[in-house]
Amino acid sequence: MIIPKINLRVPRYVIVIFIFLTGIIACKKALLDADFAGFSNPKHFPSPTYHFETNNITKEGFVLGRKLFYEKMLSANNTISCANCHIQSAAFSHNGHSVSHGIHDLLGTRNSPAIMNLAWSKTFMWDGGIFDLDLQPVAPITNRVEMDEHLENVLNKLSASPVYPVMFEKAFGSTEITSARLLKALSQFMLMCVSDKSKYDSVQLGTGAVFTMEENEGYLLFKQKCNSCHTEPLFTDNSFRNNGIPQTNINDSGRGKVTLQASDVYTFKVPSLRNLSFTVPYMHDGRFFTLEEVLDHYANHVQPTPNLDPLLQQGTNLGISLTTVQRQQIIAFLKTLDDHAFVRNPDLSEQ
Amino acid sequence: MKKICLLAGAAVVMMTSCKKDDTPGYNTTINAPLSVEFDNIAGAADLELNTGTYTNAAGEDFTVTKLKYYVSNFVLTKTDGTVYTVPQDSCYFLIDESDEDTHEPVLSVPEGEYKTISFVLGVDSLRNTMDVSHRTGVLDPSGAGADMYWGWNSGYIFFKMEGLSAASSMGDYMYHIGGFGGYSSATINNIKKITLDLTTRGVPQVKSGKETNIHLMVDVLKMFNGSSNVSIAANSMVMFDPYSTTIADNYANMIRHDHTEN
Repeated sequence: MIIPKINLRVPRYVIVIFIFLTGIIACKKALLDADFAGFSNPKHFPSPTYHFETNNITKEGFVLGRKLFYEKMLSANNTISCANCHIQSAAFSHNGHSVSHGIHDLLGTRNSPAIMNLAWSKTFMWDGGIFDLDLQPVAPITNRVEMDEHLENVLNKLSASPVYPVMFEKAFGSTEITSARLLKALSQFMLMCVSDKSKYDSVQLGTGAVFTMEENEGYLLFKQKCNSCHTEPLFTDNSFRNNGIPQTNINDSGRGKVTLQASDVYTFKVPSLRNLSFTVPYMHDGRFFTLEEVLDHYANHVQPTPNLDPLLQQGTNLGISLTTVQRQQIIAFLKTLDDHAFVRNPDLSEQ
Repeated sequence: MKKICLLAGAAVVMMTSCKKDDTPGYNTTINAPLSVEFDNIAGAADLELNTGTYTNAAGEDFTVTKLKYYVSNFVLTKTDGTVYTVPQDSCYFLIDESDEDTHEPVLSVPEGEYKTISFVLGVDSLRNTMDVSHRTGVLDPSGAGADMYWGWNSGYIFFKMEGLSAASSMGDYMYHIGGFGGYSSATINNIKKITLDLTTRGVPQVKSGKETNIHLMVDVLKMFNGSSNVSIAANSMVMFDPYSTTIADNYANMIRHDHTEN
């Protein structure tokens, strides 16, 4: 290594700043190396459902998965990466977009879901059509209005790149790039997108945070009125339900399309309520832009469409009774599920 | 001296073959090639992609521009009742009418005479749900299987037939038939197990040193014509849909044993 001769005429503070900056950069870069402990199950979470035994997370696999997640070559014209519709600052959703916005400015019919805590998901997509995280990326990559690419082309492009064969070798032992390796690397990155550092988590773990009076009132109401579907601590029970939102012209039958069972028509996956401040808008088609609208729906506008969830019809009353004050308290609680560390975690960002 | 050696050699060979085998002439401890030819036809005519025009029972003329289907999980039964299951990992084939190399999968089976062959027309449910690392060859969604896989509703398309027809308001028809019964909730199951008797049209005599061929006829007209006739006018696009079970029920009868080349 050549040690540069420091010009003594450079003011000392410049050198000090330079050394300081170098230190910061080095620290940031070293963060992953020093701290990479693979996947760890948060104490207050249940056991994950993902099959880690067939995809052991390694630092190299994760780093490769992360690069692939931000890789535009996954799309037909090299313009769209996974991160286009799954933006970290939006908890890996597409905030501001009602429905996903893909290649050639084409629009899908559903809201881009947040990528977080997928290790505990049994099914993927709003309709649960995909039952293995490893198979999930095939859908957006090949969907005509998302990335519109063939997996074979993706593998060819990656194989021809100067960086990927080496990264695949580090992760999987040889430079060969197969669909299984591509998909497993992407899973490794997505599995590491764990959101468990919200104020709620700190309260649960007793690590310092305390709910305000309003948040606590909201929490009590939440447990009484919301928790049966949006079950703690993941804030979803992974079921499919019809929450009574009015049908639109698209007439999306949700899980009905996947199972062809009449009893599944109009049901959608119960989404997690973590990081709601970042994942605007809400519902499978992103029709609501505020939490007030969402709670107003549950309080006043639930429609008796086929397969309306029984929990939303108590006798002749539809929906959930909620006063204005109660709604504000619930929203105050829901904001304690925002995980600022997750949406800013540099290890999950494009490098 | 040479003659004695030859005689002794011949005697040893004869003794060995007699000793190791219950059926004279076959050594059941060794495998030999058995090819199974899927000869796609339309009624009495050979199937000609793009150029041939055929008429179904509903009286509709149509052409075929694409015909692909999976066959897997071959099981053969000997005339003595012994059952041989071809190892599953080497037992998935995609028959593609446009690619002649795919028409004649070659199996490796023990020497002997066989009275039935059975296989799955499609992909079994276990393989539909198996870890992605086991989806190689024709099941690789980045390879031959790319055209035969539903990404949005994880599962293989078992049978794909497309073509043109004036009977369709769109001018064409597409039948993409799949459905393995569902992973966590029940749904349609179009997996069809086909069992064919081989005794009337020629028992295959599998022996090393040659390749025995079971010649099957696959009549695509039977996809339309069955217990319930399929009309292109009424159903020109059928994919993951309850009606797909009618099509699958029909095509489950489209394969017959024509002859065996021993």
